[in-house]
Amino acid sequence: MTGAGSRGWLRLAPPLTLGLMAAPVLAGLAGTAMPALRDGAAAFATLAEWPGLPRAAALSLGTGLASTIISLTLTLLIIAAFAGTPTFSRIRRLIAPLLSVPHAAAALGLAFLIAPSGWIARALSPWLTGWDQPPNLLILNDPYGLSLTLGLIAKELPFLLLMALAALPQIDADRRLATAATLGYGRIAGFALTTLPALYAQIRLPVYAVLAYGMTVVDMAMILGPTLPPTLSTQIVLWMAEASLMQRDTAAAAALLQCALVLAALGLWRLAEIAGRRLLIAMAFHGQRRAGLDRPAAAAALIATLVTAGSLTLGLAGLALWSVAGLWQFPDALPAQLTLRNWATALPTLGTTFTTTLVIAATATLAALALTLACLQAEAQLRLTPTTRALTLLYLPLLVPQVAFLPGLQFLAFSTGIEGHAAAVAAAHLIFVLPYVFLSLAGPFRAWDARIATSAATMGASEARIFWRLRLPMLLAPVLTACAVGIAVSVGQYLPTLLIGGGRVETLTTEAVALSSGGNRRLIGAYAVLQLALPALAFAAALALPALWWRNRRAMRGLA
Amino acid sequence: MTGTLDLQGVKITLGDRTLVDLTLAIPAGQIVTIMGPSGAGKSTALAAITGTLAPSFGMSGRILMNGKDISDLPTRARNIGLLFQDAVLFPHLSVGQNLAFALPAPIRGRAQRQARVDDALASAGLTGFAPRDPATLSGGQKARVALLRTLLAEPCALLLDEPFSRLDADLRAQIRSFVFDRAAQAGIPTLLVTHDIEDARAAAGPVVDTFGNPLPL
Repeated sequence: MTGAGSRGWLRLAPPLTLGLMAAPVLAGLAGTAMPALRDGAAAFATLAEWPGLPRAAALSLGTGLASTIISLTLTLLIIAAFAGTPTFSRIRRLIAPLLSVPHAAAALGLAFLIAPSGWIARALSPWLTGWDQPPNLLILNDPYGLSLTLGLIAKELPFLLLMALAALPQIDADRRLATAATLGYGRIAGFALTTLPALYAQIRLPVYAVLAYGMTVVDMAMILGPTLPPTLSTQIVLWMAEASLMQRDTAAAAALLQCALVLAALGLWRLAEIAGRRLLIAMAFHGQRRAGLDRPAAAAALIATLVTAGSLTLGLAGLALWSVAGLWQFPDALPAQLTLRNWATALPTLGTTFTTTLVIAATATLAALALTLACLQAEAQLRLTPTTRALTLLYLPLLVPQVAFLPGLQFLAFSTGIEGHAAAVAAAHLIFVLPYVFLSLAGPFRAWDARIATSAATMGASEARIFWRLRLPMLLAPVLTACAVGIAVSVGQYLPTLLIGGGRVETLTTEAVALSSGGNRRLIGAYAVLQLALPALAFAAALALPALWWRNRRAMRGLA
Repeated sequence: MTGTLDLQGVKITLGDRTLVDLTLAIPAGQIVTIMGPSGAGKSTALAAITGTLAPSFGMSGRILMNGKDISDLPTRARNIGLLFQDAVLFPHLSVGQNLAFALPAPIRGRAQRQARVDDALASAGLTGFAPRDPATLSGGQKARVALLRTLLAEPCALLLDEPFSRLDADLRAQIRSFVFDRAAQAGIPTLLVTHDIEDARAAAGPVVDTFGNPLPL
């Protein structure tokens, strides 16, 4: 990496990376459109004849919009009501770890908590309910998608909250809020009128990603969502699994429809944004201090957070307990005895699956890290300015529904013969891992003190030496955090693993989802625990290693 | 190592505003001071000499070091040392590693490099400081290590970007004389940028504004 050669390579990094993001999405969409549109778009006619279509589409829209609105509202309420207070750091500590919980594990945990034979029913039986046997109630897989919505909120709240927390310092939120408070505004009104517009502009893309994801999630919907009909995306995957070519065409047509639905929802959301902004500006003119809102809003935010985050945490604890449970009959609140036999029996299969998952996650993450570092170094060294368009391209794989372009990509993978290989699955994971690794690392990388580079350059150090000896070691903590984020994202991937793996590449997530329809809670518990453990270990290492490495460097501690 | 730092019609513009217009020759061993209020473009002039000017600025003119045109060289090839307001020690390296980072690569062998580092520390009254974490040093110690590090790279000229302004008043005079003595010892041209008239007086050389006009003290 010296002289003109390294500059040439570096210059290629940003377009190469953006191409790696955009090309599979576009190729996948084209691959989906082809079967859907052949024979005069006959597949759409078949799709229209499916009686479940209106309800499936409505479920997709309803659960997606509801979960996005509620998790965004909660995020903003938590910040408005508690920013800068001790309660805030407590909420943060409760919620932040949930970010690394894979969606499937979260869904399985919630399913165990709220099912008729689940922990809540057990805790209340028989003394309150009088049930000696699980009641015949449709709590799980309820026809309105309420449990699916709850699951989505519990998973998206940590994501939006952390994105918002990262944006707060950039918009000088402390001083804005202090100014509003000295003018006599209540916390909620002061936040909404002075800070919200700037904050929202910073978290708009993550919000869009949450909406697109919520509308099209498959693994969570298979476990928690309604069944007759399921959400549109779930039905697409069911059709994809059929052998008949016609049903694959129907699936492709439905995937295009799903994509259009997401676009429509995003358009609707954009209109609501504009209306909301105008409303806030109009309200600011009237100078209503609204201090009375503060207490009820704070209470509501706290209760809602405790319910969502608490139920997820409890559900996961329940799964862990199942994995070591001996006899555990309804309505006992706790198992009669604990045993490691479940683990011992499952260990050979679990070990193989765990290794596959880890290898795929590590490959995708390391590739994402290398590309991200090359892009950021190119930006710093060649003094490129990142554009909004580049950022949107980076978000493309998170905005275009997976279920819309992965079927096309699977078709391409199948025709080139790479379908079913772990490497192909890792490549597919890279598309979703890279945006998160980039977003996680870009802030700390750009915030690095450029005077250090200038200082070293005046001593004759080359760009390569500055990068390897100064910048990279100083960024050890954020680099490891970005790796942990990448591993968590890869471990959680269901659809890319299922479709590109052709059902032959088994990871913890695909296995856990496959098991969910059966009743073996002990085995489900074991898979879910491993699903949790892998990202948790990665995050623990990201915290512990820099602390250990820099134990004799005071200024390096607290840098993350 | 001795030579003249020669600025020939160095003009820096931002949009249609001219920030700097300097023609200056600083002979070896002399300290020239550029004075002016903050925002006058003093640090911009230094960035032009080190080759770290932001792309939004326009620049014309030539910069010569010992007769050789360095205007188009990258920063690392210019051999111009720079001291900031803060010490900017690398926080992940020990004091000794910070100094060794600056030491030219042709000085080979672990023992020889370590000896050079130890000598430098000893010359500044910092014997035994090599394994220390830079974060544990006092302000004055950091300032001295920063200068040692800059000089160990054996620069042909030294630029000082308000290096005393963050120091406490009682420390300032002490570090000032330390820096000026070392610069004189090294026998290289030195360019000081400051808004403090005391710095300019202590430098005991010509004082100009960013357009090269002599300023009375």
